[in-house]
Amino acid sequence: MSATVTSEPSTASSSALPERPAPPGRRRRRQVGLYLMLTSGALVSVFPLYWLAVIASNTTSDIYRSPPKLLPGGHLVENIGKVFDRVDFFAPLANTVVVAVSVTFLVLFFDSLAAFAFAKFDFPGRNALFTLVLVMFMLPMQLAIIPQFITMVNLGWVGHLHALIIPAAANAFGIFWLRQYISSAVPDELMDASVIDGAGFMRQYVTVCLPLIRPGLGFLGLFTFISTWNDYMWPLTVLTDPDRVTLQVALAQLKSAFGQDYGMIMAGALLAVVPLLVVFLIGARQFIGDIAKGAIR
Amino acid sequence: MYVAIAPFFILFLCFGLYPTASSLVLSFQKWNGLGSAEWVGVDNYVRLFSDATFWLSVRNTFIIFALSTIPMMIIALAVAAMLNNAVRYSTTLRIAYFVPNITSVVAMAILFGAIFGETFGLANALLNGLGLPDFRWFSTPFGLQLTVSILITYQWTGYNAIIFLAGMQSISSEVYEAATMDGAGPVRSFFSITIPLLRPTIIFVLIVSIITGLQSFTEAQVLTSSASTTNPNSGGAGQGALTMVLYFYQQAFSYNKLGYGAAIAWGIFLIILVFVIISWRYSVKREDPTR
Repeated sequence: MSATVTSEPSTASSSALPERPAPPGRRRRRQVGLYLMLTSGALVSVFPLYWLAVIASNTTSDIYRSPPKLLPGGHLVENIGKVFDRVDFFAPLANTVVVAVSVTFLVLFFDSLAAFAFAKFDFPGRNALFTLVLVMFMLPMQLAIIPQFITMVNLGWVGHLHALIIPAAANAFGIFWLRQYISSAVPDELMDASVIDGAGFMRQYVTVCLPLIRPGLGFLGLFTFISTWNDYMWPLTVLTDPDRVTLQVALAQLKSAFGQDYGMIMAGALLAVVPLLVVFLIGARQFIGDIAKGAIR
Repeated sequence: MYVAIAPFFILFLCFGLYPTASSLVLSFQKWNGLGSAEWVGVDNYVRLFSDATFWLSVRNTFIIFALSTIPMMIIALAVAAMLNNAVRYSTTLRIAYFVPNITSVVAMAILFGAIFGETFGLANALLNGLGLPDFRWFSTPFGLQLTVSILITYQWTGYNAIIFLAGMQSISSEVYEAATMDGAGPVRSFFSITIPLLRPTIIFVLIVSIITGLQSFTEAQVLTSSASTTNPNSGGAGQGALTMVLYFYQQAFSYNKLGYGAAIAWGIFLIILVFVIISWRYSVKREDPTR
């Protein structure tokens, strides 16, 4: 790869001395320009969240005014109250928390178990089975969704939360990602030493593997929690009872039914976004570092 | 060992392999979910091929894909290059750029519905402020496609910038120092060093964007769901936001055409597969012309 660079024709004439670093004044101006652009971009990024808060805290007639109100108002509590008058928002919130927490713990347990086996043990059929994991990773959701719905009907799970939890309890992405992580995070010497100590598979998993992969589990846990919290198509399909839905489906229902009462709907959207935002910000520093690891190799 | 990997494979068999195989069988049948299914051979695929609405949804999907992916890649590369040169506050900035990706698509689609609302929306207020006339974000097919594209671009640019940034940070600083010695400025370094060396990451991001972009559903579904009260999955004005997956969903779950829906799903899968293979071969061939 470096060949690309060395073969690049030199633009400086051969007699010229290496260019001196730019004078401090120019460098400083360049840095100011850089931060100006980066900050405006970051503001564009978070502006919709601000605007969500603005609409959610104003009355709908304030929002329809021209020019529109640009600052948060004092009607947030009132709008949230209206959300709860229209729908029982606590139930979807509780459902979402139950589903997201259970899926996260099941995925962490089953995926790390399988990833540990794939990363550190040699057993007949390992490569073929891992290829199968990769194939699964690439299959689009809509190929399986109709028969999966029919299965749920036959099992009598339609409208129940385990229709969201059980099929999602282990996934190919997590196994793939954790296998990479375990390969580098768990040294073979430690594995050998634990074998000499007479440890079996489960004891190695608990005493050697788990303590070493905690940061990796942190990332996968947050990733799974976020995607489960925001999931829409499958809950929309399988939770047919309007009284037993997740937050995202409840929100879409609220919008379809009361489309014009923006203050109230945005208060609902705010309730769906803020808990996740808090969870994200707690783990954000490490999360941002890890998200790219699957892409860069 | 096999016990350790068993849970995944049992779930995989029940909720992955079995439904996928069974949807292939279903795509050769006619079934409304009640009674018994009728074997119709390749009829569903023949019908799919001549289904004007399906091809409209293919067209819509590719327009939305182009309108979102091209600006997204360019902006994400620019943001990543700037973040790569930012020393202070870099973590805070990266978090700010990443936030759109973790906020729920449903909530953001509802919010964008308000921002791009045609009579009282912020976007048109802004256009009027600049002396421009109102834009019809919702009542024309192209307006809808643009609105969906802006939403997708908003949610994925920061995410891709973070991926690009990681790729840029793995490029050795010695390469840049050598270029500076040769008199290359930051812009020239970006195009002659960063872009070529970032190629594997760019290909990765492109492939992921194709796979996710061609399957877009939630953005279009939520944005258009109130506009059409009779069928929430119609795709809005002139069916402009009817994406391939939204059409699939409409046929399968609004009209209970389960066999035809399965055929649409396999059609979508083939289109994505072909498009991924073409992009893959094109970009890998371009990567090293001597090979």
